[in-house]
Amino acid sequence: MRLPPQPGERLNRGRPLTFLFDGKPVQAFEGDTIASALFASGRRVFSRSFKYHRPRGLYCCSGHCPNCLLEVDGVPTVRACMEPAREGARVKAQNVVGSLDRDLMSVVDKFGGPFLPVGFYYRTMMRPRRAWPIYERFLRSAAGLGRIDKHGRRTQRFDTEHRRADVLVIGGGSSGLAAAREAAGAGRHVVLVDDGLAPGIGSTVESVPFEVLSPARAIGIYEGGLVPVDAGNVLYRFRAERIVVATGTIEQPLLFPGNDLVGVMLSGGARRLIEQWALRPGERAVVLTAEGDTISRALRRAGTDIAAVFDVGERAPEEIVARGKKGRVNSIVVDGDIVECDLVVMSGGRQPAYSLLAQAGAKVEYDAARGIFVPRDLPAGVETAGAVSGERGQAARPSPAYSGKGKCFVCICEDVTRKDVKRALAEGFDSIELAKRYTAVTMGPCQGRLCHLPSIRLFARETGIDEATLGTTTARPPWAPVSLGLLAGRGHEPARRTSIHHRHEELGGRMMWTGDWRRVHSYGDPAAEVQAVHEAVGVIDVSTLGKLLVRGPDAIPFLERLYPNRFADLRVGRVRYGVLGTDAGRIMDDGTIGRLAEDELYVTTTSTGAEVVLEWFRWWNSVWGFDVEVVNLTGALAAVNVAGPRARDLVGRLTSLDCSAEAFKYLDAKRAQIGGVPCLALRIGFVGELGYELHFPSSYGEYLWDLLLDRGAELGVRPFGLEAQRILRLEKQHIIVGQDTDSESNTLDANMAWMVKFDKDDFVGKWALEHMRERGARERLIGFEMENGAVPAEGGQIVVDGRPAGRVTSARRSEELGKAIGLAWVPPELAEEGSQLQIRVDGRLEVASVRLRPFYDPEGERLRS
Amino acid sequence: MSFLLPCPNCGPRDVNEFVYAGELSMRPQGPPSLRELSSYVYFRRNIAGIQREWWFHRFGCELWFQAERDTRTNEVLTTELVAPSKDAPSAPQAAATPDTPAA
Repeated sequence: MRLPPQPGERLNRGRPLTFLFDGKPVQAFEGDTIASALFASGRRVFSRSFKYHRPRGLYCCSGHCPNCLLEVDGVPTVRACMEPAREGARVKAQNVVGSLDRDLMSVVDKFGGPFLPVGFYYRTMMRPRRAWPIYERFLRSAAGLGRIDKHGRRTQRFDTEHRRADVLVIGGGSSGLAAAREAAGAGRHVVLVDDGLAPGIGSTVESVPFEVLSPARAIGIYEGGLVPVDAGNVLYRFRAERIVVATGTIEQPLLFPGNDLVGVMLSGGARRLIEQWALRPGERAVVLTAEGDTISRALRRAGTDIAAVFDVGERAPEEIVARGKKGRVNSIVVDGDIVECDLVVMSGGRQPAYSLLAQAGAKVEYDAARGIFVPRDLPAGVETAGAVSGERGQAARPSPAYSGKGKCFVCICEDVTRKDVKRALAEGFDSIELAKRYTAVTMGPCQGRLCHLPSIRLFARETGIDEATLGTTTARPPWAPVSLGLLAGRGHEPARRTSIHHRHEELGGRMMWTGDWRRVHSYGDPAAEVQAVHEAVGVIDVSTLGKLLVRGPDAIPFLERLYPNRFADLRVGRVRYGVLGTDAGRIMDDGTIGRLAEDELYVTTTSTGAEVVLEWFRWWNSVWGFDVEVVNLTGALAAVNVAGPRARDLVGRLTSLDCSAEAFKYLDAKRAQIGGVPCLALRIGFVGELGYELHFPSSYGEYLWDLLLDRGAELGVRPFGLEAQRILRLEKQHIIVGQDTDSESNTLDANMAWMVKFDKDDFVGKWALEHMRERGARERLIGFEMENGAVPAEGGQIVVDGRPAGRVTSARRSEELGKAIGLAWVPPELAEEGSQLQIRVDGRLEVASVRLRPFYDPEGERLRS
Repeated sequence: MSFLLPCPNCGPRDVNEFVYAGELSMRPQGPPSLRELSSYVYFRRNIAGIQREWWFHRFGCELWFQAERDTRTNEVLTTELVAPSKDAPSAPQAAATPDTPAA
């Protein structure tokens, strides 16, 4: 049912389209919204209300109210009055059990009223306490409106974009357009944000000398003048020198019993139906207006009979009640006069839409003469254009609420009635902020656009305190509802991959996360990988290690001040293990420090510590100003550790470097061509066997990896992953910072006192460590082996006299030793070779004994061989 | 937080580009008493007002600098690079210690 073409209508009648509503086809034209097409098809009930499941129909047609929230193409809670109709769209009703027209939950409206007053869930479902899970399940399923995909699938892609403009104009009405034109005319870069409501902006977009974002909504003005703009699938984060708010006014509803019935509309909504979509809002209308009759002419033109017009402002009637059947209005009673109608058009005056201004820091004052709140004292950089300033506009002071029988809604979003407000007051919630939180008025989808002013007017009347004294509630972003996906932005999980990553995948490596890095857990058989390292040779990709080059005349004093170690006596070509600590004496990171030249040191860090250590180095040096440069080579260099009794044989085959035990000793660092690749080779052994850690340009990663596997084939070479490495290092009691230490661990208690040089003048952590040395250890990190082979969980409890006294940090079964072994923090008195421990494993207490020396190769003969 | 912070090197940038590293703390000049050490390591003044503090431009020039900021309003009054000195009293804080496991 369409009217003949209207001047300025949005419809393109030459382009029909069809979408589905609850499975049934609905005809529409291009330019229709989903709501206008459904209305044209005869639908009047669009949703069921939040609490009472009352039928609700089109009301504001401006994207404010909750009455047309539908699910569109799987996206819940879409404002159908703003959503363009699309060919093939699948539209569904939400918040109903059954269908929109026969919602089983509507029994709540008939019988639930007395039992579900405001705040009922704080009181009525308290007892018996053990029944709460049942209540909760019921409430959870009854609460809320739309349903989201439980599997959390992303249905759309969202992006964030940072934008700048000289002038950002919010609102595309006549004042906003004029402000934008003026600024653009003065040569400023102007962006105008428009929600798509203003008639005609669509046709002007091409011809204006500024950028228009439409439909788009500014969702707030945040600290520092940040304005996020919701433009559908893109969130623009705008910064502008000037922000011009031209959001205009919002027409306010009237409070009378039955004011939520289907057929009761705001005059702006009725006008939009007629003018934009050529629809007749009803057959027989009653107009209730507090600001003069501006709508009757338009209604008559649309063929609606005007049954009566009531001025509810100056000569306010006492009683207004809308009556209906099956939720649809069929008559209205005004001071005893009954007028039959199927449409009630109301207007309670216009409130400036000041929320964005208030968020930016403006004050909000009550203008008693006109009965509205107006913004004052705008912050610098924020200005208004048009009616939002509250400087224009006539007085419209309807009665706060008209009397009569039936539910009178103050807030249609949250189904808060006049009775609820009275009850909240009676219960002592007599501040406007408290009453808001208790009743949830202004907290629904309209964010107070349609209930803020009426609720304060009502509150003033009930308390006898005037509106100016009551004040308003704080305006907070977001002003417009925004989808969580938009706030989250694009799904983005950065992964760092080493230059050898694809080889690991080809070899069947099972990948795992370590920080941002993808690393190999194992290639399928960790035990065999361990065995290869013990008996032949293994290779592991350790490119993820942090690699820093520290170079400059002050390199040694700089590192000596950061680490507890001494480096002055570190000869060129030698490597030393170091642990980085804080001034609290706590362990932060560890790694090796190799001296490549007098003033050049190569520092490695843990895989996840590279950035933190780099920042830490630079931070201290921004204070000290040592003459050093710190260069991050983490991504530039690949690293492979070649370990096992045949490692010398394998590396020796690829280089002319003398790899003999005499020429290339344990803890030596040498530069060499290995397989033709320029390498820095460090003889270190985290895994406890003879080993060479080769650092070389990443671009050679796959080449050298392939060469090692190829030339090592006859030596029995095997790639190994993190799991094998963890077992191997545990056999040596080598710690992993962050696994075996935490933010409380210090170097002394972790049995590394040997590296702490207290005779140095100063180093980070010296004073705290001195104090800890004096105080004595509070706990010690020790190795243990289980008596019966059970492997405790990491984090497992150490029990002394039935009380928890420590914790396991690492535990594995070592096939090499035929035992379950691990590391644990225990009270110092238990840190004696052979002490018996009890460890909780799967609820049982198992016996373990303390081992203070490495389980494997305790003298380090294999390591040094 | 959504204010702009002027990096001494890069100019005004969104605060999300930076790492906030807390108020300036003064490292003792010589061996401290236990009380002095604890107050340096663990105690913060937590000023409601203008505070001198550390920032790091992580998604920019990677420089450490100091800012004076009103903690009540987030108004940034000054930002500057520090004139280094080997005996400088101001010190980085252990707040930078990673709380994620290293491996």
